[in-house]
Amino acid sequence: MINIHKRFGGVHAVNGVSLDLYPGEVVGVLGHNGAGKTVLMKALSGAIPCDEGEIRINGEKVRIESPRDARKYGIETIYQTLALADNLDAPGNLFLGREIMTQYGALNDRAMENEARKVIARLNPNFKNITDAVKNMSGGQRQSVAIARAIYFNAKILIMDEPTAALGPQETAMVSELIKQLKSEGIGIFLISHDLHDVFDLSDRVAVIKNGKLIGTRRTKDVTKDEVLGMIIMGKLPKAD
Amino acid sequence: MSNQSQQAAIKENTLSRFLQTLDIDTRMLAMIVALIVIWVILNIMTDGIFFTARNLYNLAVQSSVVGIMATGMVLVIVSRNIDLSVGSLLGFTGMVIAYLQVHVFPLGAAWNWPLTILCGLALGGLVGLWQGWWISYRGIPSFVATLAGLLMFRGAAYLITDGRTVAPMDKTYQILGGGIDGSIGATWSWILAGVAIAWMLANTIMVRRSCRKYGFYVKPLWVHLLYLAIGAALVCGFVLVMNAYYKPRTEIPRGIPVPVLIMIFVVVGMSLLAKITRFGRYVFAIGGNPEAAELAGIAVKKITTFVFVVMGILCAVAAVITTARLNAGANSMGMLVELNVIAAAVIGGTSLAGGQGTISGAILGAVIMQSLDSGMVLLGISSAMRQLVIGAVLILAVWFDVVYNKNRP
Repeated sequence: MINIHKRFGGVHAVNGVSLDLYPGEVVGVLGHNGAGKTVLMKALSGAIPCDEGEIRINGEKVRIESPRDARKYGIETIYQTLALADNLDAPGNLFLGREIMTQYGALNDRAMENEARKVIARLNPNFKNITDAVKNMSGGQRQSVAIARAIYFNAKILIMDEPTAALGPQETAMVSELIKQLKSEGIGIFLISHDLHDVFDLSDRVAVIKNGKLIGTRRTKDVTKDEVLGMIIMGKLPKAD
Repeated sequence: MSNQSQQAAIKENTLSRFLQTLDIDTRMLAMIVALIVIWVILNIMTDGIFFTARNLYNLAVQSSVVGIMATGMVLVIVSRNIDLSVGSLLGFTGMVIAYLQVHVFPLGAAWNWPLTILCGLALGGLVGLWQGWWISYRGIPSFVATLAGLLMFRGAAYLITDGRTVAPMDKTYQILGGGIDGSIGATWSWILAGVAIAWMLANTIMVRRSCRKYGFYVKPLWVHLLYLAIGAALVCGFVLVMNAYYKPRTEIPRGIPVPVLIMIFVVVGMSLLAKITRFGRYVFAIGGNPEAAELAGIAVKKITTFVFVVMGILCAVAAVITTARLNAGANSMGMLVELNVIAAAVIGGTSLAGGQGTISGAILGAVIMQSLDSGMVLLGISSAMRQLVIGAVLILAVWFDVVYNKNRP
């Protein structure tokens, strides 16, 4: 992502941010609430088209103007709100917008349920009642559905917005394991959080955003938590070493 | 624990397991039970008039107009919208159909009435497109846009003939209204019943086969056979009743009335649209969470617009039946029908919060409302009192829904 700008009326929410991500790498995107990190990621996922700047994938310039475009390029997003339709069941949500159809052009619910069972069993073996409406599920189960949706379609780039904010310790550990596994499969992951501790141990690099501007990007092993905290709060780069 | 209570516990356990195996939609079951209770009470109070073939035949015909529109209203409400204009749209399309048939196209031409119907359906669809466009692409809340439609299309219906009634309609066209010749006779009714039962059978076989293919749990055979038997019994019972009502001064059975036949086709079509097409799935997704639908790449605006197009076409279908039944086009047609349509959908379990509702439920809702209304007419209850009772039933039905949803595990 190069020189991304997004303005809402007079507010310059994202101001010339450039960020890169390599296969099999986890980049933590950190910043205060309202720093602009979510808007930046939404520009990549197609939810909010950006005003200026360009996005390149494998060096090629791409246009992402809708979530459909982003999915076409293998960019999948797990939103903080999970973005699930509460009244549909897990397979319905997993395949929303990308349904499996029968040869006669009808929804193939059983094929979708079958696929959903396979992918969800991989994530959360105790999760059996996948044909209940999502609103009757626990927080962890809902998260599993959202993650399953992101990984089922062979994503190359995964954006996770506060993936563990609503989860208990056990489920958080599960998500951490999953991130490591996806990373080893060569998927690039943007991990968005306002909480440093969530992402520090999982990230290869951290990028800090404040007031819509990129403060800096550092390799995690080169900095301490305190130094990153300084970047988030005061917008101050640690002394070069 | 005493022996008795132990036995009671076992009994309860078997019952709940039995119900679980049956996999019954308890909400639907409750509605069917409510309908049967209403019917039995009305039958007792009217000294057996309610359950005569003649009354049930008329009840079916009277339910069809509201029933047809209610199936569209389900989709409208599921997508978190409302359509207040359906009554006026019925009046408007009905007037256009009548005017074209009587004053524009040559009377007696064989192509006259089919062409007027096509014009009516196209007009209904266009009006739906117009309303849907304002709602989705210009951000007018559907309540306001269709409230405006309620006024505008009633006015438009008046303007076509300056309020004069247009009559009479084409002889063949009148069949669609379900009058004296407006039914398909005993033989065709039985043929249709056979087709319906064959379809249910084929569907059951397909479900069992595909469940086995994916290694899912297959319900015991007796459950499916039981459902099939119930379904077949209902179909046969319905045809028997419709055939038991004769044409005046003859012993020729009437069979299924044409408006009811149209309703059956609409219900089957709309159920398929809601259940097995992408469009139907997206309507429900939009109702459940519009933002999630947008993020999943669904063209929310297009889908919403199309929902109103479908609603408009169904209004025109209802207008065809109404004008054929009246044998005229009057600009008061469909006055206040929007309220009955919305009430039928809501009594049938469609949630005004969006995302929930079934086509079959809406039809049951329409039949429940019509049963109460005609039952009270049979009892000689004044129209003021009837309104009062039906209003109370609407409140009760929604209250039941609230309690039901709260107590669900």
